[in-house]
Amino acid sequence: METLKKEVQEINTIKSVKMSGAEAVIRCLLEEGSTLAYGYPGGAIMPVYDELYKYREQFHHVLSRHEQGAIHSAQGFARVTGKVGVVFATSGPGATNLVTGIADAQIDSTPLICITGQVGSHLLGSDAFQETDIIGISTPVTKWNYQITKASEIPAVFAKAFYIAKSGRPGPVLIDITKDAQFGELDFSYNKCVKVRSYKAIPTLNIEKVKEAAVLINAAKKPLIVFGQGVILGSAENEFKNFMEKTGIPSACTGLGLSALETDHPLHVGMVGMHGNYAPNVLTNQCDVLIAIGMRFDDRVTGNLNTYAKQAKIIHFEIDPSEVDKNVKTDVAVLGTVKESLVEVMQFVNKGNHSEWMKEFHKLYEIEKEVVINDQLNPTKEGLTMSEVLAGINKETKGEAVIVSDVGQHQMIAWRYAKFTKTRSNITSGGLGTMGFALPAAIGAKMGVPDREVIAIIGDGGYQMTIQELGTILQTKAAVKIVVLNNSFLGMVRQWQELFFDRRYASTVMTNPDFVKIAEGYSIEANRVSKREDLADAIKKMTDSKEAYFLEVVIEPESNVFPMIPTGASVSDIRLT
Amino acid sequence: MEEKKNYTVSVYTENNIGILNRLSAIFLKRHINIESMTVSESEIENVHRFTFVVIVTETLIRKVVLQLEKQIEVIGAFFHTEEEIIYHETALFKISSEHLYDENIQNKLKFRRAHIIAITERYFVIEASGLKEDIDNMYQKLKPYGLMQFVRSGRIAISRPRMAISDVLAP
Repeated sequence: METLKKEVQEINTIKSVKMSGAEAVIRCLLEEGSTLAYGYPGGAIMPVYDELYKYREQFHHVLSRHEQGAIHSAQGFARVTGKVGVVFATSGPGATNLVTGIADAQIDSTPLICITGQVGSHLLGSDAFQETDIIGISTPVTKWNYQITKASEIPAVFAKAFYIAKSGRPGPVLIDITKDAQFGELDFSYNKCVKVRSYKAIPTLNIEKVKEAAVLINAAKKPLIVFGQGVILGSAENEFKNFMEKTGIPSACTGLGLSALETDHPLHVGMVGMHGNYAPNVLTNQCDVLIAIGMRFDDRVTGNLNTYAKQAKIIHFEIDPSEVDKNVKTDVAVLGTVKESLVEVMQFVNKGNHSEWMKEFHKLYEIEKEVVINDQLNPTKEGLTMSEVLAGINKETKGEAVIVSDVGQHQMIAWRYAKFTKTRSNITSGGLGTMGFALPAAIGAKMGVPDREVIAIIGDGGYQMTIQELGTILQTKAAVKIVVLNNSFLGMVRQWQELFFDRRYASTVMTNPDFVKIAEGYSIEANRVSKREDLADAIKKMTDSKEAYFLEVVIEPESNVFPMIPTGASVSDIRLT
Repeated sequence: MEEKKNYTVSVYTENNIGILNRLSAIFLKRHINIESMTVSESEIENVHRFTFVVIVTETLIRKVVLQLEKQIEVIGAFFHTEEEIIYHETALFKISSEHLYDENIQNKLKFRRAHIIAITERYFVIEASGLKEDIDNMYQKLKPYGLMQFVRSGRIAISRPRMAISDVLAP
């Protein structure tokens, strides 16, 4: 007995080691299996950076060129791997520069841990140098945040933060650590968090709701599935596909749902939403049962809610109770993980075949092809279209690349025309629409899946919002392929000005620098094409490159993205021209 | 248009710094004015209770309560109509002593649950409690005497239906 007690004592001594708060931060990250972070040093986070130096063999830190770049890189990494992205920033401006990325991660459900330095606890609230109330500022856009003022709090807070960031519906967590807590000492031991009493990560599945859903699905004559990022976040791609194939239901994705199902699957009827495909948008208002899976009825998906799928019974498979009935009133809500819910519902649904109903989708697709797609891919105009570029990329990558898109016309074109064969391949700022997202996100994505081709598709506007991250590519040699679709306009805003503001092009004309020279300044091989006959070779040269590569494609300046559901219009009033 | 009503929102939370900010942010992002708010301990040790009063539609309050409940440190959030709760507010009125023996004031104090709780040479203090309307009434009656100070508490409320908060906390 005495011996055993001694043994336990010894194990405890080994487990519990004295160290500084700053070292404990790194040890916590390592305990959680995290070995990569993005960030930018500064006064209030220096003790942690000192430990990053000491731990450089075990933990890799990427120096971004701006904190916004750091957090978007962490987002790209998290989105492509499903792991938690980690970011470091100093207090004050370092912390506030993270806010856009935090809001982006919150609305797109991306798991992040943001670690910010803070002034010493004795200075809190005194308007000290580089002090800002980042807890107050980040509260509305974080899943959780916490200010650490004592070194001893670090292990438990980090364990809780990781659990919260990645469980249930994922999201960003911010941990603010005062400088004295980084310098302070603690007895370090680590226990992973598995439960927070005030937080239910996953609602308990109600099997009665599953049965009710199955009854509706089995009785449906014209059902439509709309699937979103929940399928990807819940690693439910296979379960989803099994369910879809068994029931034979035509399935459309949201923007963030792209790549959860391969683009060429015969039941994949395209994308819904403002610039989605004609058929699924129009037929949303003709289906008899709409099955929403891991999506949240964003206004860019639904158009006018008063005329959205009013004829249909709505089934909502959802993990977040606050999303149910938020925008669209459901008939049956199945709360739980998409994975578990779909496994359960499989027992109750019949094998189905909706080939007659499917013909409706094909008919409308033919119309979209004739009016929009053919002209996009084989234009009669001299100027290049963005869609041609995407088609060229599809050809070279066979749909196996990770496509990282920025925000605007090129993003809509990337969503519409990129082919996907693998999940987690469409990395984009969906909910927040953050211009400047793509370049840094592509860096993070490449580091997450170094063996895959990662291609950033960016407009000339968004590119210049985070162009400084070329420096990160220079330093890390991240082999990111950058395609700038340059129409010398803020294209999407210009399109709206053309359609809704009588062509008053207020502040949308861009006088751009020589992007090729800029890339070359960062030692990145660069090329520019403006002629159709050069495009295929230029894309091939880019994808053949083993290193980072920059390709600028000069695009017809005034072209529009169609189809389009104008704001406030019904999904079925989608315009083809 | 759906009718707007008074809703009393009860939110049980962990006793941590910053929760008020997190809760008020939910009302803020929905552009809802908070009519009254009280924070106190609850029947459960270390669990705090926020009581908000807002005037909104039922559709909206349902959504807001789910968004409140989504916050990590919120243990449970509930909303009730006026009929579903027993509630109370308190107010204090500071009035110059020259009116102390005014018969009218004495008569007004006959209103239920109003009494003088302090008297000094210069002023006296009346405490009144009851429903919001009771206090509004009292305010109108005492205003002509020149209120040196007036303050009223937020609503405190007990729900008639059960709030299944202890179930959430069960291990």
